[in-house]
Amino acid sequence: MQKSDIKKILLIGNPNVGKSVVFSRLTGVHVIASNYPGTTVGYSRGFLKFSGETAEVIDVPGTYTLEPTSEAEKVALQMLESGDIIINVVDATNLERNLNLTLQLLEKGIPMLVALNIWDDALHQGIQIDLKLLEERLGVPVIPTVAISGQGIKELVASIPLARAIQFNPQTHDQRWATIGNIIEHVQQVTHRHHTWRERLGDASVQPLTGGLIAAAVLAGTFFIIRFIGESLISYALDPLFSILWTPVVLKLSEILGGSGFFHATLIGNITAGELNYVEAFGLLTTGLYVPLAMVLPYIVSFYLLLGLLEDTGYLPRLAILMDTIMHRLGLHGYAIIPSLLGFGCNVPAVLSTRILESRRERFIAATLISIAIPCAALQAMIFGLVGERGFQYVVIVYGTLFIVWVVLGLIINRFARGFSPELLIEIPQYRLPPWRMVFKKLWMRVYGFLKEAMPIILGAVLVINLLYFAGVFDAIADFTAPVITGLLGLPKEAVTALVIGFLRKDVALGMLAPLSLTSGQLVVGSVVLAMFFPCIATFVVLLRELGIIGMLKATGIMITTALLVGGLLNLIL
Amino acid sequence: MSSGKPVTLRQMRSGDKGKIIEVQGGPGMVRRLDALGIRPGKKIIKISSMLMRGPITVQVGHTRVAIGFGMANRIIVETE
Repeated sequence: MQKSDIKKILLIGNPNVGKSVVFSRLTGVHVIASNYPGTTVGYSRGFLKFSGETAEVIDVPGTYTLEPTSEAEKVALQMLESGDIIINVVDATNLERNLNLTLQLLEKGIPMLVALNIWDDALHQGIQIDLKLLEERLGVPVIPTVAISGQGIKELVASIPLARAIQFNPQTHDQRWATIGNIIEHVQQVTHRHHTWRERLGDASVQPLTGGLIAAAVLAGTFFIIRFIGESLISYALDPLFSILWTPVVLKLSEILGGSGFFHATLIGNITAGELNYVEAFGLLTTGLYVPLAMVLPYIVSFYLLLGLLEDTGYLPRLAILMDTIMHRLGLHGYAIIPSLLGFGCNVPAVLSTRILESRRERFIAATLISIAIPCAALQAMIFGLVGERGFQYVVIVYGTLFIVWVVLGLIINRFARGFSPELLIEIPQYRLPPWRMVFKKLWMRVYGFLKEAMPIILGAVLVINLLYFAGVFDAIADFTAPVITGLLGLPKEAVTALVIGFLRKDVALGMLAPLSLTSGQLVVGSVVLAMFFPCIATFVVLLRELGIIGMLKATGIMITTALLVGGLLNLIL
Repeated sequence: MSSGKPVTLRQMRSGDKGKIIEVQGGPGMVRRLDALGIRPGKKIIKISSMLMRGPITVQVGHTRVAIGFGMANRIIVETE
């Protein structure tokens, strides 16, 4: 096999040891978050310059053992085969358990060093570790680090050339634990310590009463902060930007193009009486830019900022515990709350992350429920923008309906789908205050991903819509489906175009309902049906990959039927 | 006060300490628990349990772990 010149450094360790923070400290700006080919377990790659050479650093998915018990661990094991140097990130506050992986890695004979991370917390907890003795017993360099503050990172990098591959005889399971027990006895001493407030808060978060209150507060707080940041970005930054800087340009261009014609319609769209309504115009330079940048992007930023904070402070596993019982009624595992929350950002990574669930049945239920009932940030931004205009109560109805569908459909599918849903077994990390640097780096990666992937599709969608209009395709479809659209859903037949475009982008599709002069009730029905009806093409592709053709057909059937049923019901009620 | 008789993790009272003496389950379950440090001979503290047969939170070593109800019912502990 050909070895490339650039050395590969693998960061391997248990979940929750701060590997990603170490990774973020070692690598520069050019970080690539990827999926391991053939699976959907994520990993990150970056570059590190040290002693004159450049090395590639890979943040391997967290693993407890090299005898894989999950998809992520299988991937980690495979990645080992292509590593040149291993940095084993170890949690100093959990030395005994972490050493299990360390010993297994030593047996592999790859040059290695140990980063003993979370060193500060270990000291606070009264844990004393004899570093020299540990180094002796393991045979490789051991460097204490506090990745979130950066302490020890320089020493870590300086020690990379000292990584050693030693002769460590393979041991059986029990022998290994015996060795570890022996090492711990000599190396570690724990003095008495008091419960910190963080630990108290951590425990309170999983007790039924206090936990429930905390969860309610967190979720409510998160929702309001997301709204606040999103709306502020729109009102104070992006709207003014568009109306002050861009509108004059567009109006001038409109004049130059003579106010009508193919180019005008494509680039600028419809302008009535010199007034530019960015949502209804439907030109590439108007709607094509305004929707993603001034309506959706602010919510992408605010949503992912909050999600990143929830992830990095360590709250999500506690939420999973609180939700576990309820989720089991829906055929899901408490941990499925995480893909579900991700779905509020974008359904694509959400469906991909259902891989962390262990049974096929669970993955099917979670993925289907996400695609039907969880609206992505882009669609939500449009819901707030368009439906919100009519009154906040209508937004509440839309969300409320989607939530009820999520629960009821979950209950139903759980009753009828075959298979099992395994039990919860997760480690609960300590609460931590994540370093802002890391929070923003993660945020930037997600925002950049959105811009890179969504913008071209949105522009493409606007273009395609205009072309189809010219070709009269929409009129034909509208006439054909009128009985269902008007009869069952109570919407004007032109609304079907929104459903068709929903296959490309849901945010643009909702925008198409704007010029139809709908009543508030109709707008609600339209939004709900659009959210539920059929996934956007990106989600469609991922669902197909995850569920297979048969699963996809089942899910699609469920989506269409439920959407029409619920739409019809709403139409009757509103 | 408990007196050293074996109980399941589910039966333990919150706040009680004990030592794991047996994990009754298939190899898959045993491995998953073992990877998290939950194996016979280890000291364990029960932190809390969730309503309605929800997960049980324990502390093993310095780690907090949440274990599903059914599994917790099959971990036998000798309380102190």
